[in-house]
Parts: sequence; C-alpha cells; structure tokens
Amino acid sequence: MTARAQLLIELADDELILGWRNSEWTGIAPFLEEDVAFSSIAQNEIGHARALYDLAAAELGTDADALAFDRKPEEYRCAPLVQLRLVPDWARTIARHVLYETADAIRIERLQEHEDAELAGIAAKIGREEFYHRLHAEMWLERLAGEARYAAAVEELWPYALGVLEPELRPALAERVGRSEVEAVERSEPGEEFAALWEEMTMVRRSAPVGAQW
Amino acid sequence: MIWEVFRQERKGQPFVHGGSFHAPDQAFADAYAREFYARRQESVALWVVPREAITTIEEFPDEFDLKYRRVDGYSIKARLKEARDRAGTAAD
Repeated sequence: MTARAQLLIELADDELILGWRNSEWTGIAPFLEEDVAFSSIAQNEIGHARALYDLAAAELGTDADALAFDRKPEEYRCAPLVQLRLVPDWARTIARHVLYETADAIRIERLQEHEDAELAGIAAKIGREEFYHRLHAEMWLERLAGEARYAAAVEELWPYALGVLEPELRPALAERVGRSEVEAVERSEPGEEFAALWEEMTMVRRSAPVGAQW
Repeated sequence: MIWEVFRQERKGQPFVHGGSFHAPDQAFADAYAREFYARRQESVALWVVPREAITTIEEFPDEFDLKYRRVDGYSIKARLKEARDRAGTAAD
C-alpha cells in the first residue's frame, strides 16, 4: 500500500470511529438540542470518512464500504483517542471533542497544502465543515473550562490527543491547547474496546451475502 | 433560555418563523439554529432571537365599531339594494 493510501485510511478510520463513538450519544445527550447537534456532527464525520475511503478505494481497486466494514479489527489504523468508549461521561466526551477537533484542524490545514491536488481538495472541503465542529467544540470548552471534571478529562486524554498527529505536528497542538508535550499514546493494533465496536459496526454487513445491494 | 428562529428560504423573501428551542447563550443558539434550520440547505439566512427580546402585543380595543378604518371597508351590498329598490332599477 502506498503512503498516500495509508494516510487516507488513517484519516478515514479516525473520522469513522469518532463518528461512531459520538453517535452513541444519540437519544441520551444531556439535552434535546445538543442531542440533535451532536448527532449531526457525528454524521458529518462519517461523511468525511466516506469521502476519504473513496479516494483510497480508487487507488486500491476496492470501494468505501469494503474499506469501512470488511477489514479485520486489527487492520484498522484509527488513533486510540477515537476508540475510547466515553458514554455516559459528557465531560470526557467534550474533552475528546475539543482535543480531536484542534488536532484535526492542524492536520487538515497541512493537508490542504499537499502536492496531490485530490488530497488538497478533499482537505479543503473537510476543513470547511470542520470549522463548524470547532465552533461547537469551542462553545462547550468555554462553558466547561472551569470545571474540575473537565480539567481531569483533558489531563487524562492529552497523551491520546498527541497520538492523533504525526510527531512533527505535535508541537503545534501543544501550543494551541496550551499544554506541554508528553509521551503520546501511539497508533497500534486496536484493542478489546475497539473489537466490541467493530462487532456492532460490521454486524449488518457481515449478516448479508457478499455483494448485497442496499 | 428560549430562542426563536426566523428563516429565509431564498434571497429577497421575507423571514418566516421556523420554530424555537432552548440554548444557554447566543453561541449555543447560533450553533443549534444552524443544525436545526440550515443543515440541509433549507435556509439562506436565519434570524436567531432570544424570546425575551420579542414584544408581544395582542390588545387592540375597538369599542366604537369603527368599521370604516378597517382595510376591508364596509359592506355596501345592503344599502345598494335599498337604493335600487327605491329607484325601481333592482337587478333581477
């Protein structure tokens, strides 16, 4: 697999799994309005994943659904940050949301300058939507910034957030978040928490014969 | 805090009331308005207003039955018939 396909799949896996985790709040978010808004953001993330998988699939001679659902759990490349199951802890969910969106902004900005026009183009598109995700994250940050539970959540998730980015982009994240770099939780073969998500996420796909039309 | 949203479907058209929701401040209200009333491109612009900023007026006294001030004017049908009867030119 080329470095380009690898990069696309990493990004897509992050967006797909974060979208999945965020969608676990649908119906049980702290209040109705937030329920709708957060679910909508989750759908956007999955839309981004689809667009990124499409690009990778064109290169690999497969399709987006196959990349999203037909790989074995150990083949996913998503960062440990997005794999954590945080329901029903809203403070940690928002801490992840804020940290992820900040990290994602850095890597999307970088990608917009990529020499590959397709990559740069899709990054620009994603960036325009992520802008509103960041607004949403920032308004929650402002609301929860003084809370002890939120501070503890950021403390806990910070090493995970660093692991979303390549090492060269981490100083930028540390600067934006206002924390110092620590040892990151790096991407590795996903663990048990992810296996349970995969089980649920791919259940329908696995139950249907190969090539079934939806 | 309750917010009222008015949405414009196309440029140049009037804003019409879309609905209302709870949000703690303007930033949340803006975000929610965007998600509820514009995410499917169903609006080109939104007005997001705290309900308390809206004044409701619903007392309009009309004690002396001043019909002639109303836009629909007053009915001349009965009087016209009366006049025609008197002149002997009643419409058949």
